[in-house]
Parts: sequence; structure tokens; C-alpha cells
Amino acid sequence: MTRRHLLSIDDVDEGQIREILATAGEMHDVQHREVKKLPALRGRTVVNLFFEDSTRTRSSFEIAGKWLSADVINISAKGSSASKGESLRDTAMTVAAMGVDALVIRHSASGAAHQVSQWIDAAVINAGDGTHEHPTQALLDAYTLQRHHGDLAGRHIAIVGDLTHSRVVRSNLLCLTKLGARVTLVAPVTLMPSGIASWAAAEGFSVSSDLDEVLAGGVDAVMMLRVQKERMSGGYFPTPREYTIGYGLTRPRLDALVAANPEVAICHPGPMNRGLEISADAADAAQSLVLDQVSAGVAVRMSVLYHLLASGEPDRGYAA
Amino acid sequence: MSSLLVKGARLLGEDAADILVEDGVVREVGSVSAPGDAQVIDADGLVALPGLVDMHVHLREPGREDAETIATGAAAAAVGGFTAVCAMANTTPVTDTAEAAERILDLGAATGLVDVQPIGAVTKGLEGEQLAELGLMHRSRARVRLFSDDGKCVRDARVMRRALEYIRAFDGVISQHAQDTDLAGPQACCHEGELSGRLGLPGWPGVAEETVVARDVMLARHTGSRVHVAHVSTAESIEIIRWAKAQGLRVTAEATPHHLMLTTDLLAGYDPVYKVNPPLRPEEDAEALRAALADGTIDIVATDHAPHARHDKEHAFVDAAFGMLGLETSLAVISDLMVATGRMSWADVARVMSTAPAQIAGLEGHGRPIETGSPGNLTLIDPDASVTVDAARSKSLSRNNPWHGRTLKGAVHSTILRGRVTATGGDLA
Repeated sequence: MTRRHLLSIDDVDEGQIREILATAGEMHDVQHREVKKLPALRGRTVVNLFFEDSTRTRSSFEIAGKWLSADVINISAKGSSASKGESLRDTAMTVAAMGVDALVIRHSASGAAHQVSQWIDAAVINAGDGTHEHPTQALLDAYTLQRHHGDLAGRHIAIVGDLTHSRVVRSNLLCLTKLGARVTLVAPVTLMPSGIASWAAAEGFSVSSDLDEVLAGGVDAVMMLRVQKERMSGGYFPTPREYTIGYGLTRPRLDALVAANPEVAICHPGPMNRGLEISADAADAAQSLVLDQVSAGVAVRMSVLYHLLASGEPDRGYAA
Repeated sequence: MSSLLVKGARLLGEDAADILVEDGVVREVGSVSAPGDAQVIDADGLVALPGLVDMHVHLREPGREDAETIATGAAAAAVGGFTAVCAMANTTPVTDTAEAAERILDLGAATGLVDVQPIGAVTKGLEGEQLAELGLMHRSRARVRLFSDDGKCVRDARVMRRALEYIRAFDGVISQHAQDTDLAGPQACCHEGELSGRLGLPGWPGVAEETVVARDVMLARHTGSRVHVAHVSTAESIEIIRWAKAQGLRVTAEATPHHLMLTTDLLAGYDPVYKVNPPLRPEEDAEALRAALADGTIDIVATDHAPHARHDKEHAFVDAAFGMLGLETSLAVISDLMVATGRMSWADVARVMSTAPAQIAGLEGHGRPIETGSPGNLTLIDPDASVTVDAARSKSLSRNNPWHGRTLKGAVHSTILRGRVTATGGDLA
């Protein structure tokens, strides 16, 4: 039985990423049509199996599936069988036994989608697993940046914020690097993943705890990551005020950034803590791509579903 | 009178001799002709060691008989070459009273396969606050001298100090699960390092073990009592233990087969079979453990055999239970890793898997030299057999076996408990 999954950006190579982004461009045009449906996935069933709350990711997968004419079912496993003691394996196998073609999984545990892919035959798409990866977010970020900047090869992108607890950063790091971009991760040391130094050395990205120094060096884009409320009392940094002054995209930083490079792109995967990691001025600046990211989400997920499910060849896919 | 003659075994891997066991006691070693009614084992080419002793197993009974019972754990032990095992106290209810300890002793004796020595809890209910009835457990028929809250660390330094002082009266020993839960909290599920960063798994840094080892070494010095460090997993812990021994402190330490051979990179596929506490560490730590086992800084090998029902392992990695099986594969792992590579002799294996654990745990009937008058506890090993581990063949009730599919050089041929063959060729006799 051939399995086709998107569990990690490591499952796709540069060529496949470029193909997904190109198809997303075609899908994007569909969004602006009066009749948005494409027949590509007619008769296919996609289940959104969400063990964790999500609004934008779940709804954008749902719309993506529907515009491709798939039957889309949402299952919120949060507070249902999982909390009654059903194992992850049972939940996944139960859903798979209904005869679905793709399972889109969001889970609070790192590796959950990976594990599920080993138990079932349907295609598994990782819609966020714990603090591990969120590959479709990285693809839509790359798509958005590419529309803004053109080819990302040689572009310098700073990713700033809570790196330890972010699944977005891991996928973005892999994706942007594969596309030839230069990535610098910025955070206080307490919010960096363990072993980041050897990781950076192995993969060829940079790490810094000095945001101003990184910005002064010139960037083509800054990606601000959400700092979750629960981290603020976790001893990761002294106070929200200190975090904002050290690592927030404040008005003065925005001004300096735009002065140095008017084409700079500002991204945030959302939901934003305005005033903490990003000022309202930055979020709403002409350089902000935050809403473009949301809009790209549907197109990119259409493309991913299309590439995993629409092909007639059973062995076509991105992950073994 | 029952007689067993082991014919031509190489004692501790050296010269071949016959071993006659009568009525459970070694009667003669040398060139022996079999009495007419004796059972004879042709041990040509086999290595004879004193029966193996595992100072650290979880048998799950009472409380989790779906994962393991004393009977199934004893069967796994016998097949693995063991004649004695020490059963950790973290059952339900906890082994924190004389009655609970005696019950485990009796259930073990009823198996007839292996001596099961209960380990007493250090604190009531493993809660880390009030001392368990240490003295009464020692006075009981179980004669408990080894105490541990394993699964949990005795965190409170004052409680640890009092426990160490209290057990000095009967030369007890505390086996400490060294884990500072402030540094390695409830979510910590793997070695903290580059891989945990990449996998997005909450890590358990080595320093969470080392700070507790260092503290306990100093408490051993202060109290003059015996501290045993369970399942050492980092190179730095070894350095602390080496220092303690150089000071003449009464500190001993164990390493598990899995920390000696398996490394953290196995976690890349998020398979919970590799989830264990303390976690699998990088190769540098495993290599430091191997060196320390060979040079004696690590005194013993203990398995931390930790059976889990499938439904406790088939969860997301962070949610799955900690622990892996070890009893049936321990000797083969040590043989493959340490003997076949020339790093240890069979006499060394006898020391780290029989003599020293029996001494530390105070098991007087085990770990004795193979000579006239010793209890007839023997493990016969085929040093040249290569066996591929098959989880389905396990005598354990559980299948969380990280060794499945591995081929290991050296296999237990037979296990003999007081002159009776308990297991042979991977099955009960």
C-alpha cells in the first residue's frame, strides 16, 4: 500500500515545494472567480481531525477541500473520545475505518501526525503537531513572500519570537532554507530550542539574541512569532515590557526597517498579540503581509490536497 | 536427593570443569563423574556464571497485572538467566509496609523460578514526605535492605538525609532515581539536545540528573550511609560517582543495557517504545557508560525492566508511558556490547551482573563463587550463539521491547536455581 503524506517539510524537496507553490498560484486565481469550485477531488473524502482548537487552519483546509469538490468532514477530537481515554491510535483508526482519503491532523503532541501515518492507509497531512511542525503554514508563508519578493533565493529572513514552542519556525526554517533563503532566528536564549547551535551549524542558518543587530544588518522580511500568554509567567523572560523592548516589532524598529528597505515584508502567522511581539503600526503597515498570508492559506492547502490526492498514479506523493 | 551435573562448562569463561549440585548446593567442582540418578547438562563450550541478579525490575503486581505479574516477570527473568530479581516498590499499593513486602516475597517464592526480593519504598506512598516503615520492612521475613522510590526521585534533601541516617542501623541502601523535576518536569520525555529541539519534544537535560547525584554523594559523605545511583545516564554523573569513589564514599551505581547500547537518535520516528526515564542519551554518554562499566566506576548492570500494556504505549509520544522491557535481553546485550568486543571478560560480567548486585542488595544466597558449599545458582551461556530478538516470544505480558529485531551475540543457555533448571533455550524448563 502506497502512502502519501505531508508530515514535515522534510518530506518535500525543493522542486516539489516550487511545484506546490506554482499550483497554489493557479488555485489562488480560483478564489477570485465567481464560481469557485474545481472538480479535482470529486468523490474524495477529507477529514479534518483536530485534537486542538484552531480556527484559521481548520477553516482554510475545509474551504480548500470544498473548492476542490471533496467531501470535507470536521471532527473535533478535543473533549471527545480522546479525553475519555481513547488512545491516539484508536481515534485515528476509527476515523480511517470510515474510508477517508486524507486525514488532516492537528494535535498538541509533537510527532502525532507522524505516528498516525504509520497506523493508517489514508494520506496524512500535518496541520500542526505540538511544537514540532506546521508544514502548510510554512508553504503559505513562502508563497506569500515569493509573491511579494519574487524568488527567495539569497533573501534574508529573520524569524523572531518564541522559537522553542513554535511549530511554525521549524517548518519555515526547513522550507525557506530549501528555497535558498538565508534565515536568522532571533530570540532570548530561554526561548530557543535546545541544541540550536549545532543545529544551525548543520543546516547553515544563523542564530542571534540581538534583534537590532540583525535588523541593522539588512533583512528582506521579518516573521514575528506569537508569544503565548502562558509563557509570560513561565520564567522565560522577566516581563512583557522587557520582551517588547528587546524583541517586539515596535514603532521605532518599524520606522528604521522601512527606512532601510521600503520593500521589507512583515509577516505573522497569527493570532497576533498586538502590543507585545508586534505593534499595531507594524501589523497594519503597508509592508505587512499578514492578511495575504491568510488568503494564501486556502490556495496553498488546495494545492497540497491536489498534489496528494488528485493524481491518478497511486505512487505519486511526497513521503514514503 | 536431587543431583545435577553440569559437564564441562568454562567457569567464568576460563577453564572447563564439571559442577555437581546436590540438594540445591554446589557439592563439587572439578572432574566429577555423575551419580547414577543425576540430571546431566552437556555444557561443552558454554560459560558458567553464578546466577544473574537484577537489582532493578518492575513486576507491576500488585496493581497492574495486565502489564506484568510476578509470575510472568519471574518467567522472563528465568529465561534471561536470572536467579534473583529485586522488585521495585512503585506498585499499587506501594511496597511501603512489612506486609506488602512479605506478600511480594511469597508470590515470588511461589513461582519457583527466581528469588524475588522486594525493594521497600523510601517514603510512604512514594510521596516523598514521610518515611515508609523502613525498619519494619527490614525486620520482616523479606529482610528488606534496599529501598527506593524509583519512578520518582526523593527530592527533599531533608527526607533523603533522614532516610539515609535511619537505615544505617541495619546497613540499608537507598537506590535513588536521580531526577530534579524542576529541571526535567512532567512533560520532559526525551534527552534535551539538538534532536529534541528539532522534534519539538520537551527535553530532560542531563543536568537534572547530575545535580541530584552530586547532592546525594554529599549526603552519603555526611551520613556515612550507602547511596546507590539507579540507571545512570550521563557522562557527567559518572564523573561525580568516580570522584565519590575516590573519596572512599559508599556510593554505587548501575547502568541499564538500554542506556549502554541505545541512543537518542532512535527517537526520530517518535516510536514510544524508545521512551524511557531517564531518556536515551547521545552516543558520547553511552560510550562513557561503557567505559565506566568496564573500569568499575559503574558497579552493576540492572535492567529497569518496565513492562507496559499496549494501551499505555500507543499514545502520542509525550503521552505514552515511560519504560521498556529488559530482563530477557540483558545478558545478550552485555555479551554483545562488552564481551564480544573484548572490553570485558566473563569474570567481569559475573561481577557486574551477579556478585556486585547481590552484595549491594544484600542477597546472601546469590552472587557467590562457583565452589563447594555455594548455593546451586548458575547461569550457563552460549557465548557464540547469535540470537535475533523476537518480541512475540517474550515471557513478559508486555511487548514494549526496544530490542525486537536486533541480533545479539551471546545467549543464555540455561538457568539453574538451587540445583533446578528453571529455563533452557529461551523457554521455561
